Amino acid sequence: MKVPLIWRQLKKPVNEVIEDIIMKYALFLGCNIPSRVEQYDFSARAVLKQAGVQLVDNRDFNCCGYPMRNVDQKAFLFSSAVNLALAEKAGLDIMALCKCCFGTLKEAEHLLKQEGTLQKEVHGLLAQRGLKYTGNIQIKHFLWILYHDVGLETLKSKITMPYKDFKIATHYGCHALRPSKITQFDDPVAPTIFDKLVEVTGAKSVDWTRKLECCGAPVLGVNDDLSMSLTKKKLADGKKAGAEYLCSACPYCHLQFDTVQNMMVSQNGNDPLASILYPQLLGLSMGIDARTLGIGMNQLDISGVTSFLESGEENAE
Amino acid sequence: MIFNLLLYISLAVFTFGLIYKISTWFSRRIGISAKQIPTSERVSAAVKGVLGTIFSGKILTLIKVFILDVVLQIRILKEDFLRWLMHMLIYAGFMLLLLMHALDNFISEPLFTDYYSTINPFMFLRDLFGFMVIIGIGIAIYRRFILKVPRLKTSAMDHYAIIILAVIMLSGVLLEGAKITSYTEYQIMVEDYADLEDEDEITALESYWVQNFGTVSPNVQAPFSEDVLSMGKDLHEASCMDCHSAPQWAFTGYATAKIIKPVALALDRVGTSTILWYIHFLACFIGLAYLPFSKMFHIFATPVSLLANAVMEKDKSEPANIATRQVLELDACTHCGTCSLRCSASPAFDALGNEYILPSEKMTFLKTLVAGKKLSTRKLSAIQEGVYLCTNCDRCTVVCPSGINLRELWFNVREDLVQRGFPEPLVLSPFSFYRGLNRENISAEDYARPLTDANRAVAGKFEQVMDPSTPISFKDREIVELNQLPSTRTFSYCFGCQTCTTVCPVVAEYENPQETLGLLPHQIMNCLGLGLVEMASGPRMLWDCVTCYQCQEHCPQNVEITDIFFQLKNLAVKNAGKVADESSPDLEAA
Repeated sequence: MKVPLIWRQLKKPVNEVIEDIIMKYALFLGCNIPSRVEQYDFSARAVLKQAGVQLVDNRDFNCCGYPMRNVDQKAFLFSSAVNLALAEKAGLDIMALCKCCFGTLKEAEHLLKQEGTLQKEVHGLLAQRGLKYTGNIQIKHFLWILYHDVGLETLKSKITMPYKDFKIATHYGCHALRPSKITQFDDPVAPTIFDKLVEVTGAKSVDWTRKLECCGAPVLGVNDDLSMSLTKKKLADGKKAGAEYLCSACPYCHLQFDTVQNMMVSQNGNDPLASILYPQLLGLSMGIDARTLGIGMNQLDISGVTSFLESGEENAE
Repeated sequence: MIFNLLLYISLAVFTFGLIYKISTWFSRRIGISAKQIPTSERVSAAVKGVLGTIFSGKILTLIKVFILDVVLQIRILKEDFLRWLMHMLIYAGFMLLLLMHALDNFISEPLFTDYYSTINPFMFLRDLFGFMVIIGIGIAIYRRFILKVPRLKTSAMDHYAIIILAVIMLSGVLLEGAKITSYTEYQIMVEDYADLEDEDEITALESYWVQNFGTVSPNVQAPFSEDVLSMGKDLHEASCMDCHSAPQWAFTGYATAKIIKPVALALDRVGTSTILWYIHFLACFIGLAYLPFSKMFHIFATPVSLLANAVMEKDKSEPANIATRQVLELDACTHCGTCSLRCSASPAFDALGNEYILPSEKMTFLKTLVAGKKLSTRKLSAIQEGVYLCTNCDRCTVVCPSGINLRELWFNVREDLVQRGFPEPLVLSPFSFYRGLNRENISAEDYARPLTDANRAVAGKFEQVMDPSTPISFKDREIVELNQLPSTRTFSYCFGCQTCTTVCPVVAEYENPQETLGLLPHQIMNCLGLGLVEMASGPRMLWDCVTCYQCQEHCPQNVEITDIFFQLKNLAVKNAGKVADESSPDLEAA
C-alpha cells in the first residue's frame, strides 16, 4: 500500500520537509526543446520526479531573447523580461534546461538591476502587458539544481543501476559558464559540478582539453564551415581522451552534437561520438526505462549506453 | 421576380467563386518548393492522394478528425472556452438556420409534412437559432473590441464578417417583429384566409389578435370586452389557429414587436416590413455571393485543411500535394489570432513594432503575396524581417484551430523571400540555426546567397575605411547609439594585452585570421578607443563570434568584449537598414 504523501512528509525531519516544499520551479523549456529535443523535456521530468523536484509549466513563457541579441537589445531584453515577470507573478524561481536560455535570462536579470533608458523602455513595455519585474526571483539551470538543491547524496540514493567502465566527456556549455560574474554557474576555469553529476551515476568523466569550448551551434546557419569545424575538433578531442559518449545539458549543444554531427558523419563517414543528454544518462542509472527517457529519439544511436549499466546484460535485451 | 433574379445571380457568383477559389489551390504557388510543379500534376496528385487516403486505413483518422475537430471543434475548446462557445453558437445556429429556414423549400418541407414557419416547434426553433447566432456575434464583438485579447488584430475582413452576419440576423429579427405588429400583413391574411363580411366579426377577430398576437391596429384598442374576445377566439380557431402558434414562442421577434409597439402604426404605413424583407434578403444574397472571396470561405477550406493535415507528413507526402495544401491553408486561416497569442517571438513585435512578426499578420500578407501582388522594398524588408524573426518553436502549428502546418509554410516562404536579393541581417543571428539544420533541403548556391548578401550589408563601408590609402575619419567619435549600456564604456580600460584575441576559438580557426575576420577582438577594442566606430562595427569578426565569452571572461581589465560585440552588431544592423532605406525607397521587387 502506498503511504500518503502527507504522512511521509510528517515522518521526515523538519529541514527535509522544508527542502521538499522549496524544490518547486517554473520550468522554462525555451523554443528548441518542445519542437526538436523533446527527449530532453521527457527525461528531465522523469529524473526530477524521482529527485523530488516539482515543476510548474507556464504556457505564457516566450522566447528567452537569445537569438535577438545580435539584432536588437530592446527586443532581447524585453523578451527575457516578460519571462522573468511571469515567473515573479507566479512566485516561482525559474529552472532553465537550455544553457543559452539560462545565460540570456541571467544577462537580462543583470541588466535589469541597472537603470537606464533601455531599462525604462523595457519596464514600460512590461507595463503595457500588465506585467512588472522587480528582481525577486532566481534563475537556475537544471544541472545547478540537481547539484545544489537536490544534492549528490540524494541522487546517489536513487541510483539503482550504476554504470561500470563507462567513459563520458562532459560538455559544459559556454552560456552557463561565462560570463561567470553574471551566470554564477560554476568555476569558469575549472568547473566540477557536471563531472560530479556524471560520476554519481558510476560513469567516469574523462579529462579533455576542449571541455569548456564552444560546440559551434551559435554560428550554425551563419558560418557553417566555422561551426562544423569547431564541432569536429571537439569531437576528435573527446575521442582522443577515450570517451565513449559526450554528455550535454543544452538543446543547442545537443542538436549540434546529434543532428549536425549526423549530417557531418553522412558526409565524411567518420565514426560518431554520440551525445547523450544528462537526464537520459542519469535516468537510465535510476532504472527509468529507455522509452520514457526518449533514448531512441536522438538521431545518432545511443542505445549502446545500456550495455554499460551494471545489470546491463538483461537490460540491453 | 426580382427575388428570383437576385437569388440566381448570387448563386451563380457563389458557384463561380467557389470554383475559382478551388482552382487557385492548384494554380497558385507559395515559396521555393512549389515552383517546379505544374497545375496539372497537382490536380492529378490531389485526386490520387484523396482516393488513396479514402481507401486506406487513414480513413479512420479522417473520420475521427472530422468529428472532433471539424464538427465539435475541440481544438478551439482546448484553447479557450469562450471562443469555442462563440464559434459554436454562430456555426451551429447559422447552419441550422440555413437548413431549416433558408432552405425550407428543399429541406424542411419535404422532411416534415406539417412544416410551417409560424407553427411550433419551427417558429420557436427559428428564433432560438437566430438568437444563438446573435449571442455569438455579441461575444465576437466583446472579444475583439472590449476584452482586447493580446495581439488579436482586427482587419477589414473581420469587420465585414461580423457586419454581414449581424445585418442578416438583426434584419431577420426586426422583420419578424415588424410583421407581428403590422396591420397591413394582418389584413392581407384575413382577406386570404378568413373572408369575413360582418362588421362585428371583423372587429372581434381584430381585437383578439391585438390582444393576443401583438398586432397593432388603427381601429381597435385594449381593453376589450369579454364577449368580443370570445367571439374573436371562435373566429381565430376557425380560420387562423391551424397556422399560428402563440407569438411569444418567437421570442426575439415578439420582444421586438413589444418594443416597437408605440411606433408600429407609423412603421407599417411606410412599409417597414417590405424594406426589412429586402434588407434581409439582399444581405443574405451578398453574403452568399461574396462568401468564396471573404473570410467565410473558411467554412469550406478549414475542414479540408484539418483533414489534409491529419493524414499528411512532411517527407512522405507528395510534394505536389504539399504545394496545393499550402495554398488552401491560406484560405483556411480565419485570422483568429491564436498563433499570435502563443507566438514565442511576440515580444519582438512589442519592441520593434513590425506587425509581420506576428504569425496571423504574416498569413494575411501571404494571401496578397500569392495573389500576385507586387511588393515595395519597404514592405519586402518588413515581411522578410517578420518571417525570419521566428524561433521555429512550432507553437503556432500546434495551436492553430484550422490545423494549418505553419512550420512548413514559414520555412518555404522564408526561403523564397531571402532569395530575392534584399539583404536580411537576421540571417546572421541564431535565428538561422533552424535553416542550418535544414540545409540539406536547400541547394548549396541558394543556401549561401542570403548569407553573402547580409554579410555585405552589415559590413557597410568596412572595406573602404580599411583601405590604407583612405584617410582615417574621426567624424563618428560620439558614440551616441553605443551608449545605451554601461558595458560599452569598458573598452576604455583596454591596455592592449591581446588576451582576448589569444583565447578566441574563432581566431584560432584561421591560419591568417585577420584576412578572414577583418579585425581581431583586441583591434576592435583599439578602434573603439580611437572612436573609429564605423571601422569597429564592420568586420566579419563580429558575425563569426560564437559568443562563448572566453575573451570577456579572461580579460584582465574586465572589458566586456562579447557584450560590446553585441552592441556593435546591433549598430551595424541599424546602419544597414538605414542604407537600404535611403538607396531604394520605392524600388519594386519582383
